[in-house]
Amino acid sequence: MTIPSPMFPLPAPGSQLPNRVFKWAAALAAVTIVVLIVLVGWELYAGSRQSLSKFGAGFLWSSEWDPVAEKYGALPFIFGTLVSSLLALVIAVPLGIATALFLTELAPLRLRQPIVMAIEMLAAVPSVIFGLWGIFVLIPWLRDHAFVWLKHYLGFLPLFQGPIYGVSMLAAGIVIAIMILPIVTSISREILRSVPNLQREAAYALGATRWEVLRIAVLSYARRGLFGAAILGLGRALGETMAVTMVIGNRPQISASLFAPGYTLASVVANEFTEATTDLYLSSLFELGLVLLAVTILVNVAAQIMLKSMTGGVSSKAA
Amino acid sequence: MHPFKAKWIALLGAVSVLCAAPASAQMLINGAGATFPFPIYSKWFNEYAKVDPSVRFNYQSIGSGGGQKQILSETVDFGASDGPMSDDNLAKAPRALWHFPTVAGADVVTYNLPGSPRLRVDGPTIAGIFLGKISKWSDPAIASQNPDIKLPDLDIVVIHRSDGSGTTYIFTDYLSKVSPDWKEKVGKGTSVSWPSGIGGKGNEGVSGQVKQVPGSVGYIELAYAKQNGLTYADVKNSSGNYITPAIESVTEALATADIPDDFRFSMVNPPGSGAYPISGTTWLLVYAEQKDHAKGEKLVQFLKWAYSDGEKLAPGLDYAPLPDALVKRALERVQGIKY
Repeated sequence: MTIPSPMFPLPAPGSQLPNRVFKWAAALAAVTIVVLIVLVGWELYAGSRQSLSKFGAGFLWSSEWDPVAEKYGALPFIFGTLVSSLLALVIAVPLGIATALFLTELAPLRLRQPIVMAIEMLAAVPSVIFGLWGIFVLIPWLRDHAFVWLKHYLGFLPLFQGPIYGVSMLAAGIVIAIMILPIVTSISREILRSVPNLQREAAYALGATRWEVLRIAVLSYARRGLFGAAILGLGRALGETMAVTMVIGNRPQISASLFAPGYTLASVVANEFTEATTDLYLSSLFELGLVLLAVTILVNVAAQIMLKSMTGGVSSKAA
Repeated sequence: MHPFKAKWIALLGAVSVLCAAPASAQMLINGAGATFPFPIYSKWFNEYAKVDPSVRFNYQSIGSGGGQKQILSETVDFGASDGPMSDDNLAKAPRALWHFPTVAGADVVTYNLPGSPRLRVDGPTIAGIFLGKISKWSDPAIASQNPDIKLPDLDIVVIHRSDGSGTTYIFTDYLSKVSPDWKEKVGKGTSVSWPSGIGGKGNEGVSGQVKQVPGSVGYIELAYAKQNGLTYADVKNSSGNYITPAIESVTEALATADIPDDFRFSMVNPPGSGAYPISGTTWLLVYAEQKDHAKGEKLVQFLKWAYSDGEKLAPGLDYAPLPDALVKRALERVQGIKY
């Protein structure tokens, strides 16, 4: 034997038990997540059978939602979910990445910790608080100032036309953006921190300015990871319920205007589930849940595909 | 087993038995359902705990839909609903399931107008507003009923409930009764397909929107409107009088409503001259034959107490108590419960 005998007694050679136990426990934990998702999907499917057989695929593109006449369709809710989440991403991702850049690259050291704490506290605020703040603070301001301004200067775009109520798709997008900002920022920060210093030093050595260092050495290296941060934010945005229902106006319609009220999948389920008395009504609400699950999975799969197509060069190493 | 471990387990067992003992001596009766009467039911169960400490009531306000489902599957001892059960749902019950009206409430029409005037409106006008046909406050339909008030040339913004609720059921039930147009286009239910307007979650969501949007109009529970000092309209009843919503005018509506023997009734637009027309009641759902003798006995005792002493607590929480004649009929029904 070339290995010197150890100072302390090793476990007997046969004792692979702790290793195995750990391995199986970890595997079990991983499998549990998969099983949970499958079970959730199965339960939703089982609950929505009646609606599935009655409306078929037409459920997905019917715009009618009439509990009295028992006619149900998901299209306005799918539209509302996608548009409000997309708006949130458009607002939160640049803000989140910029904040993360500032925190990792530019901010004086003594400022970093307080800002990080403030962002983490934002994540701890319950969603109903954001909703109430939306109703009482954000919406009056949007209605009386921001929306009026947008309508005045950008009113030629269909996005900013029509009557202004305050509660609207745009208000929902802004509230969701604030809610996903902490997760996007903290993940982006971790990603940027994992960019090796060699990258930066090499760029500086080539005579790059600070901005060029950030752009060439840091951001492009971290591109994949930052994209992942955006996707995690999107996942949360799709499922936001309470705060959204308080500010979106809860009207199942499809409108080009961001000032118009809308409705999301999660909100309608939360709103109508408790008082749904007929079987078909309940079943249709279950199917909305199933659709939400499918939308979430599809969006994530699409993101994975985009991520794959983005790979190339050094940028693939981070993430 | 290791002797030390065994000792611990024995000790834990003893502790858990000791903790469980007082709880098991008390009988637990479970109920679930409507959210509208939750405050008065909690008050009742608290007060009743002093009358009969041997029984404890546990009520989950999960919504009328859940209440009906749970009593049908017998996972609770009684259900509660803000709307009467449909014939279809009642047919699913394994045996006779009875409705017991407990208290009544009303919906008020609240609005945001400069100076907060007290408006007077009739049913067809309210239907016209919520259908989107009357779109300005200065519309002759409103102005003709309010000659003394100068109404602004303001767009009407309709605010309705976004969550399914008994409040919406009462409101749409009323509109269906007074407006054939509404009945045909929208109908009644805990959630409906609204022809216009935006949705707010809960009474607080609707009143919050109404407070903020100039020219808006919405409907909320009378109790909520009173407790929050909101402005609301007098509504014309079937006798042609404009009635201010209040506990007395709701109790009068109950007294003059036509109530069938199974207590599944709608009390909107009743004939009484002083009755407020947009009101409704809420029900407990109890099986006529109780499976568990002891629980059935306690439940019947509680119902008797609720109809005698419990009703007196209703006005304090802004619910309208049942009129004496209806209490008498309900008590007779309670006597019929077998256990």
